[in-house]
Amino acid sequence: MNLAEFLAMGKYGAYVWPCIALTCAVLIWNVVAARRLHAEARRQALRRLETGRGPS
Amino acid sequence: MERTSPAAAAMLMYRRDLLLAFRHWDQVAQPVVFFAMVTTLFPLALSPELGELRQLAGGVLWVAALLAALLGLEFLFRADHADGTLEQMLLSGQPLALLAVAKGAAHWTVCGLPLVLVSPLFAISLGVPTGALCTVMLSLALGTGILSALGAIGAALTLGLRRGSMLLSLLVLPLAMPALIFGARAIDMAIEGEAARGPLLLLAAMLVLVLTLAPLAVGSALRISAE
Amino acid sequence: MNWTWLHKFASPPHAYRLAGRLAPWFGWPAFLLIVAGLYGGLVLAPADYQQGDGFRILYVHAPSAWMSMFIYATMSVAAAIGLIWRIKLAHAVAAASAPVGAWFTFVALTTGAVWGKPMWGTWWVWDARLTSELILLFLYVGLIALRASIDDRDRADRASAVLAIVGVVNLPIIHYSVYWWNTLHQGATITKLGKPSITGEMLWPLLTMIVAFTLYYGGVLMLRLRAEILRRERDASWLQKELAA
Repeated sequence: MNLAEFLAMGKYGAYVWPCIALTCAVLIWNVVAARRLHAEARRQALRRLETGRGPS
Repeated sequence: MERTSPAAAAMLMYRRDLLLAFRHWDQVAQPVVFFAMVTTLFPLALSPELGELRQLAGGVLWVAALLAALLGLEFLFRADHADGTLEQMLLSGQPLALLAVAKGAAHWTVCGLPLVLVSPLFAISLGVPTGALCTVMLSLALGTGILSALGAIGAALTLGLRRGSMLLSLLVLPLAMPALIFGARAIDMAIEGEAARGPLLLLAAMLVLVLTLAPLAVGSALRISAE
Repeated sequence: MNWTWLHKFASPPHAYRLAGRLAPWFGWPAFLLIVAGLYGGLVLAPADYQQGDGFRILYVHAPSAWMSMFIYATMSVAAAIGLIWRIKLAHAVAAASAPVGAWFTFVALTTGAVWGKPMWGTWWVWDARLTSELILLFLYVGLIALRASIDDRDRADRASAVLAIVGVVNLPIIHYSVYWWNTLHQGATITKLGKPSITGEMLWPLLTMIVAFTLYYGGVLMLRLRAEILRRERDASWLQKELAA
């Protein structure tokens, strides 16, 4: 089976590939978002430590 | 000093809430008027043909009742929270779950029961045959009971929050969907002339389940919200 | 029995470090298994006799649906533990899990709908499982909304916990009633969302994806948990040591 046939997914390609893409996008996004949240929380915690107050 | 028994306290709570509600007749009438208007919306939106309306009647009556019940729920604890009665309830040492049952029962008497009583009128306006009217009332009676109980949980959780009423609807509606399914189905079966015993029994079972568990959740939620 | 190990684990600094150490142990296996599962499902598995290559959406739809329910259950258990034993970390787990679960539900719904289009010609069918997933999404959204509207963190934790428990008790009732509702109207489309009769070659990629997604959730949970712990922590001393490192 060559690449063209694989991508076509037997005429269902237009349905299968967007689903795979969406799933991968969501999976990647959740990791990115988790990392971002952690970085932000870290930043805020450090800032609070500097100003001498405890976290809210 | 004599201690009031929990049962007496519950009764007191129930009578007090009824008294307070009937001092404001307009607030009691609002859910009923809303129900009337919503059931009028559907013929206007769809068709004046009773034959067509009859097919949707179960669903329309139930959705209208659901929305009307949601309207009244926001106020279940709000007044008590505002004037400090809720704190007194928490401090009273009476079982909070029981007081919640009393308040819920009062709410149903004031919001749910009137809906049930006027429902035959609107059912007829949607083409429901007279033979099915008993089922309509029974289905809505059980249903509004379930809604009062579930709604009390939502009302307790969202107490005092901004945009609390929207959030309340968001929380209660998914939980109410099973009741909606069986309740509307019961009415539809009755319209077709079948005995709607199955769905009605399921509704009754749901009511029993909710009545058993909801008071605990409401008591817990009240404590969380008021402290 | 000596329970100090449990209390030690529930202490924020310990949990913070442990979560950081565990995250890659979830993440990398998850990644590898996803690659393997997708390869097995998209390339190796034979086409379904009825649905052709279209059925391959199953390999992302079914694991997402599974995760949407697994995460809800996990979240509710964590919430209950937090409520009953007043363990803040448990509340943090519940808070961290909700958005992930909601995303999986969204993916399950979308992939389910897209799958339906070539099979039944419409972008949406009121299939029992899709409808159940939709209601589950509403439950997730309600939970996230409730937590977001309460400013006091303690009240937010406990209120969300009550709601999660109420939701999880309702979940079987909702599933059952939606399934029943769906069977009422025969002559409509086939109710099961195109579950092909599964052979071994089709099955292992599916199981691989399910395990992979579960591990993925573990990894993301560890990451989100670290952020939650930092946000909630009041005692500054361990923070200073930890963050300076």
